[in-house]
Amino acid sequence: MNTTDVSVTVNGRACSGTVEPRKTLADFLRDDLGLTGTHLACEHGVCGACTVIIDDRAVRSCLQFAVQVEGSSITTVEGLATDGELNPVQRAFMNEHGLQCGFCTPGFVVSATALLASNPDPSDQEIREGLSGNICRCTGYQGIIRAVRSAASEMRTTR
Amino acid sequence: MGRVHSITRIAENRRLTRGWGIKPAPFDYHAPTTVEEAVDVLADLGDDAKVLAGGQSLIPMLALRLTRFDHLVDIGRIPALRTVEHGDDSVTLGSMVRQHEIEDSAEIARRIPLLHAATPLIGHFQIRSRGTVGGSIAHADPAAEYPAVALALDAELEIIGPDGRRVVPAAEFFHGMWSTSVSDGEVLTSVRFTEWGAGSGFAVEEVARRHGDFAIAGAACGVQVVGGSISRATIALFGMDQVPRRATAAEAALIGARADEADLLAAGQLAVEGLEPSDDLHASGALRLRIGATVVRRALTTALARATEQSA
Repeated sequence: MNTTDVSVTVNGRACSGTVEPRKTLADFLRDDLGLTGTHLACEHGVCGACTVIIDDRAVRSCLQFAVQVEGSSITTVEGLATDGELNPVQRAFMNEHGLQCGFCTPGFVVSATALLASNPDPSDQEIREGLSGNICRCTGYQGIIRAVRSAASEMRTTR
Repeated sequence: MGRVHSITRIAENRRLTRGWGIKPAPFDYHAPTTVEEAVDVLADLGDDAKVLAGGQSLIPMLALRLTRFDHLVDIGRIPALRTVEHGDDSVTLGSMVRQHEIEDSAEIARRIPLLHAATPLIGHFQIRSRGTVGGSIAHADPAAEYPAVALALDAELEIIGPDGRRVVPAAEFFHGMWSTSVSDGEVLTSVRFTEWGAGSGFAVEEVARRHGDFAIAGAACGVQVVGGSISRATIALFGMDQVPRRATAAEAALIGARADEADLLAAGQLAVEGLEPSDDLHASGALRLRIGATVVRRALTTALARATEQSA
């Protein structure tokens, strides 16, 4: 079995592993690094559950091989909280009932965090468009949109 | 920082209980850092190898095992393919320029507005974080936006292979579904778009079942208005055939028309004449023809408004 060494920074910590080239970043995060907060559902880039942030941009981790992101800096859902305190998006999902079963939530929270980093004051249309790459099978979209709206307004007032 | 985190050890245990996570068939991975090196590897491996750019089309196809290759050659670590060159009347994009870079560039929006306008229609923003201009064009999905934009703007595609460098006009580049002038052993290295200049306007229109899906049908259009008359027009349709198609008869019919009197409904109908789009799950060929004519009309309407606004 041919393998390649991979070194990345995940949630601020240097991590490395030896993987088969065909291993996706999602599987690397989950199986090799034990970071199972990144969820996998469709595994071909449709559902958004596996969204992570690579070098400040939201990316589907099932659509990257671990070997491709050598040297990158990655933030997963586990890395959003600071010193045990949830980030504003996570807090808003909790307060606004932005989840039901919770399976899709890591992807939504990571996508929304990236969305608000690039657009701190999105319109409802922009929120919907920004979240259109994530699927919630419980269809709890209203709460999710409310959560993102509320996180945006909180982040603007506390900046 | 700098130390290997102890979670790798926890992971070691997990791996024993969960080794089934891998979907694509095995392949050897090559990560050249220069074009020459990439071409050497590709020429050596022939049709056993595939170029990996951003991976946003190739990786799902591998994951679904719609395709498999013994070797993938990742061109993502070749700095020379990441450059954007602003020439006097053209913009040359290295094939690994990511779609989000195009979306975020005010200069590309100003100089090559059609390319910029098409970009937000590609997948979702998470896809555009990694997807590349060259990857999309070389993949040549018949329903993709960038191949149609390249065709509409007569882009020049630079290909480097074992026999050296050649430049292929977009009109000759697309051979069939997922098939282009890029042969085994070659790499698409850059795409050159020429500016149209004053009085021009562009628009892309498409119809998709859901936001971010491939289009059922779409059109990338541009017009240039000089002295109140249309002096130049381009219409490229996508999702209507195995390759993007220029509607040259409809373009010719628009030339010379007064900008405020041009019959865009007729142009839309003429644009799809002779096309025989196929039926699939999403739409019948007959519906595609109707959608094709409609998106051409809509795109031309917007393009013409933008051109007139500009030339006014």
